[in-house]
Amino acid sequence: MIQWGKSMTKNSSKIYSKDVKVDVHYLTRVEGHGNIVVDVQNGVLTKCEFQVIESPRFFESMLVGRPIWEAQHITSRICGICACGHSLASIKAGEDALGIKPSDEVVMLRKLLLYMEQLDSHILHIYILVAPDLLGVKSIMPLIKTHKPIIEMALRMKRMSDYGGEVLAGRHIHPISYVIGGLTQLPSRDGLEKLYKLMLQSREDGDATVEIIKTLKFPEFQRPTQYLSLESDEEYAMYDGELTVNGAERQKVSNYKKLLTENIVDHSMAKFATINGKPYAVGALSRFNNNYEKLNKKAKHVAKELGLKSPCHNPYLNTACQLVEWVHCLEESIKIMEKILKDGLNEEKVVVSSWPKRSEIGKIKYKPNTGISCVEVPRGSLFHEYTIDDKGFINYANCVIPTNQNLGNLEEDMRKIVPELLGKKTEEEITLALEMLARSYDPCISCATHLLDVKFVNGLKCKKK
Amino acid sequence: MKKQSKPKLAFFDFTDCEGCQLQFANMGMTLVELTQLVDIVKFREVISEDSEDYDVAVVEGSISTDNDVKRIKKIREKAKILIAMGACATTGGVNGIKNRAPLETAKQRVYGEKAGIVNTINAMPVHKVVNVDYFINGCPVHLSEVVNVIKCVLMGKPYVVPNYAVCAECKMNENVCLYEKDQECLGALTKAGCNSWCVNNGNKCYGCRGLLENPAVNAAKDILLKYGLTVEEILQRFTLYNDSMGEKYDKELK
Repeated sequence: MIQWGKSMTKNSSKIYSKDVKVDVHYLTRVEGHGNIVVDVQNGVLTKCEFQVIESPRFFESMLVGRPIWEAQHITSRICGICACGHSLASIKAGEDALGIKPSDEVVMLRKLLLYMEQLDSHILHIYILVAPDLLGVKSIMPLIKTHKPIIEMALRMKRMSDYGGEVLAGRHIHPISYVIGGLTQLPSRDGLEKLYKLMLQSREDGDATVEIIKTLKFPEFQRPTQYLSLESDEEYAMYDGELTVNGAERQKVSNYKKLLTENIVDHSMAKFATINGKPYAVGALSRFNNNYEKLNKKAKHVAKELGLKSPCHNPYLNTACQLVEWVHCLEESIKIMEKILKDGLNEEKVVVSSWPKRSEIGKIKYKPNTGISCVEVPRGSLFHEYTIDDKGFINYANCVIPTNQNLGNLEEDMRKIVPELLGKKTEEEITLALEMLARSYDPCISCATHLLDVKFVNGLKCKKK
Repeated sequence: MKKQSKPKLAFFDFTDCEGCQLQFANMGMTLVELTQLVDIVKFREVISEDSEDYDVAVVEGSISTDNDVKRIKKIREKAKILIAMGACATTGGVNGIKNRAPLETAKQRVYGEKAGIVNTINAMPVHKVVNVDYFINGCPVHLSEVVNVIKCVLMGKPYVVPNYAVCAECKMNENVCLYEKDQECLGALTKAGCNSWCVNNGNKCYGCRGLLENPAVNAAKDILLKYGLTVEEILQRFTLYNDSMGEKYDKELK
């Protein structure tokens, strides 16, 4: 299905000294968090479910009764990978509820942090989750010996974006200085200069990564669906914008509940979301399909190199779209960094205290209000909604997580692909195809899903871990 | 040179965000070097290899379902050494907030009429259920401390979590006291070891490392008095991370 072909470029063949025939091992991503259940009876698909049996976390309940000023701190803990995205969604929803408008400089710094997270998460997915499978090993660990230069390169790229989080927000996992209204302190000049150098170095690493990824053949599969993402006139929308499905008329983020419905299904602890009663997709592929025109020149070039065209209806290519976005985000980050290093940052426009001052907090008049936000995080559109009372305490909270929005769509994909493969492929090959499909959505390993087991209920037996 | 077998390290996650494992993964080349000293046999965020044969269990997350209780007991039986990593595993973390409302209310708020399908119990730190050999506090964990603990494990030495206030580190870092800036802060009552991470970055201490075992209660009360805080206000802040210790403080401060 996937081979590191002979078309490997000179550059990358230096790194991979031999062609590798890929034999993807059965992926046991441990513990009972999620199952794929497929039941085929007499050649007919009767059941196809993605079951999520994750321990529920109750964040929406935990937020009730907490001051709005605490929401960012709490909700960043929903996910260690998307901690910055959750923080930003939370801050935006809090500001919406409180009627606070941040300065342009603050918005620029937030975009930069969001780009850092996209860079970090995408590279983690491409190299640590996908590459080992493609090279026929179980993880990145054996590659440390066999493909040391490429692993060093991946870690270097990861380190750049991780360091970006550190310089901008104190740390990438559960950022410290990004709060409602602004930042609690300015990023250090030394740190920013070092980050800029790392970004320039990453540019070369990114080019090498494109050369490697373009030699891959992704499985062929087509299923057009509804693609939801933010859209904006100004840019490839990530931090802000309006909602669109397949480029259709835009809708305000505040209307998200009219657009999408969250359904509780019996077989999952994660809620399955629908639009017009049908599943939909969010994430890099959706953004690419809806916003291709807004990608910068270099990203468009990479899309062409990878053979990607918008609209693309092959969910396996989400990983390729992530690489396109990686290039886009890096170039945009470099632009922002050059502006910051040239113009400097105005402390008065950026720095705020993390909470209102003690002597003032009792005097603030809160208007009971609802704030809603949407941010494009690596895995797709993330929504936060809070209602606050007249004391500034949250009395209602709702968070719509990207992976939950993709679950229904993933099931639909499985329903289409299983009959296509039955009779043509062995059960191992079908298992692999389904695993790779689920993995291509980059299901958030913290928020909602954990891939465990593909069970063929009837007849077809798969090996267990 | 005689080749010695390396200790086998396995990671387990319970109810949490997996940020501490990610913090581990973010060690980058340090992690690569670490693999020369230990064999990582289970690390779901990074590798797909899976083994039930391990010496050291690194456990992340709170215990919050009946199944979690069974699982952690099994892990304890197999592991020679058990490390609790991160706030969720060491204090209950933000998961502890859930315990402030009746479980039925929490289920109702999130799952509505389908609340019945949800299996959950009060969130607990790992040591409430099984014996823990090493604690790495913090949300997320601080990498230098993680490396220190691993060194201690390899040398067979105990690791003592600092039991003095974050203020000690904060003073060394020459931060202006937040109370002087008209802000409140939990640094005076929270275990050090994070190098006053949040205050260094302009925020305040939220108490993620857990409360001091022997706090200077009278001094704390003096601070509250001096800056006009009520005990209720400060206790409300404790509830962010320290559900179980908070009860103890509830009594001592009042």
